[in-house]
Amino acid sequence: MACIEARGLRKAYGTTVALDGVDLRVEEGRILGLIGPNGAGKTTALNAILGLIAYQGELKVLGRDPWRERDELTRDVCFIADVAVLPRWMRVAQVLDYVAGVHPRFDRAKAEGFLARTTIPRGGKVHELSKGMVTQLHLALVMAIDARLLVLDEPTLGLDILFRKQFYDSLLSDYFDGSRTILVTTHQVEEIQHVLTDVMFIDRGRIVFARTMEEVESRYREVAVRPEQLPAARALNPIHERQGIGRSILLFEAVEGPRLASLGEVRAPSLADLFVAVMDSQGQPQGAPR
Amino acid sequence: MTTQMDAISRSPTAASAAISPARRFYWSVRREVWENRSIYLAPLAVAGLIVVASLINSINLPGQLHVSSLDPAEQHRIIEQPYTFAALLLMFSTMVVGVFYCLDALQGERRDRTILFWKSLPVSDLTTVLAKASIPLLVLPLVTFAVTVVTHAIMLLLGSVRLLASGQSAGILWTQLSFFQMWGQLLYHLIAAHSLWWAPFWGWLLLVSAWARRAALLWATLPLLAIGMVEGIAFNTSHLGHLLGHRFMGGPESATPAGNPMAMNSMTPATPVEYLSSPGFWLGLAMCAAFLAAAVRLRRSREPM
Repeated sequence: MACIEARGLRKAYGTTVALDGVDLRVEEGRILGLIGPNGAGKTTALNAILGLIAYQGELKVLGRDPWRERDELTRDVCFIADVAVLPRWMRVAQVLDYVAGVHPRFDRAKAEGFLARTTIPRGGKVHELSKGMVTQLHLALVMAIDARLLVLDEPTLGLDILFRKQFYDSLLSDYFDGSRTILVTTHQVEEIQHVLTDVMFIDRGRIVFARTMEEVESRYREVAVRPEQLPAARALNPIHERQGIGRSILLFEAVEGPRLASLGEVRAPSLADLFVAVMDSQGQPQGAPR
Repeated sequence: MTTQMDAISRSPTAASAAISPARRFYWSVRREVWENRSIYLAPLAVAGLIVVASLINSINLPGQLHVSSLDPAEQHRIIEQPYTFAALLLMFSTMVVGVFYCLDALQGERRDRTILFWKSLPVSDLTTVLAKASIPLLVLPLVTFAVTVVTHAIMLLLGSVRLLASGQSAGILWTQLSFFQMWGQLLYHLIAAHSLWWAPFWGWLLLVSAWARRAALLWATLPLLAIGMVEGIAFNTSHLGHLLGHRFMGGPESATPAGNPMAMNSMTPATPVEYLSSPGFWLGLAMCAAFLAAAVRLRRSREPM
């Protein structure tokens, strides 16, 4: 069964179209990165999937309509929408008590176990914790919930690199078991590249690129081409071209390896490079995501 | 295949750990009290002040009782008045807490974006709104009652000690004050008036809180004032004003004696039957339900600010 299935998903705020006919299908057990420039519709898409906003078009999450059946869905879906939303007045122990009180799939012992590995004081209030600690706390809660879909919207925003790495490491080693589905949006593309199994780029309310990471790794090659070989390289129809130091860097899709090797040094492009290339080809130059 | 196996092996534990709606409601109310500590701190602070004041008052008590010992009615008044006054003060304080609590209840969570956290947990909008409505409808009346009873007990103790210390018998306090009758009246008044009769007010405040982006107090009051003024200018009447005033200051028709309507005693003639047979009572509850239903819908569709 598909975990998320959308057909012609639309959402407009007044005259601003946030989602302009999104089609997507995410199978269970995948880790999907939804990547897009600011204002592309990422958060709107997630809000629709979480049943937080009404929408037009067809959308099924775990076989349910998220807007009409939100109450049933919240048992199977977890989300961290932003690091700052844990209530600042709440004590850490109260957070645990409350979630244990209302969530049928919350394993308190597991959450305590995760927290024991951190330096979070149990009696502390959320507003006394550092930003990294708040995220650790939220992650400990979410990882202790036996959910089928976990949605993360910029979960590591404003955290230093150590926390960010730790965040995704524990997500992979302690949470992801191959049957759960994780949907994540972030600007820090490079850090999640090795975490994902699937990637989608969203631009102006449309999905403009959707591949598995295997496809990305096998189909795309980047070649650093010297100026004298540029005409020959361009003849192979690169999908993107940018300037490196003394060389042009050309991105090719589905061109055989040996032909590229004769043009210069070949390597796999990073997801960030691919993102820039796809966004450029959409005719909207965007700053590369960090 | 493995994923299917995992799913099957996981499902029994998930199914066995079902959580009843009552439990969710209980934890939702509890979290409201955690967040809004003024629910019990405000009446406790007022109770503290009352105890201090009654300590000072008790100094003169033996003298007062001695002077007025000839007139039993006067004596009764002197003894009972501080207790009635304490109850009124506590009721007033929790009423103010209730107003500010309601105005912030559904706006604050959108303002600080914690609504995203609350909505990430399996607690429905209906449960949340009902839990918030239960604060003025149930929790505050009960807190008021409990704090008042304890305050009265402390006041009685102080008075008795003072009388004994001055060589008089403390028995006069215990015979003049019929506590169980007083407390019974108080509880009845709190449930009948503060909770049920004022239910449309509480519902309205919660609805405004769910709707307004800011200045909930103004949105809750100014439109009513404006309608009242337009009514006054256009038709030279003041039905709305009378309606609201009557709802706020008095009970059902038959139960409202003229005089001091805010006093607890004004509720005494109203029996539960009179309440239950008054159409205004049911109309008010229906309005409260409608306001709360609208608040549930708004909470569902409104996004964080």
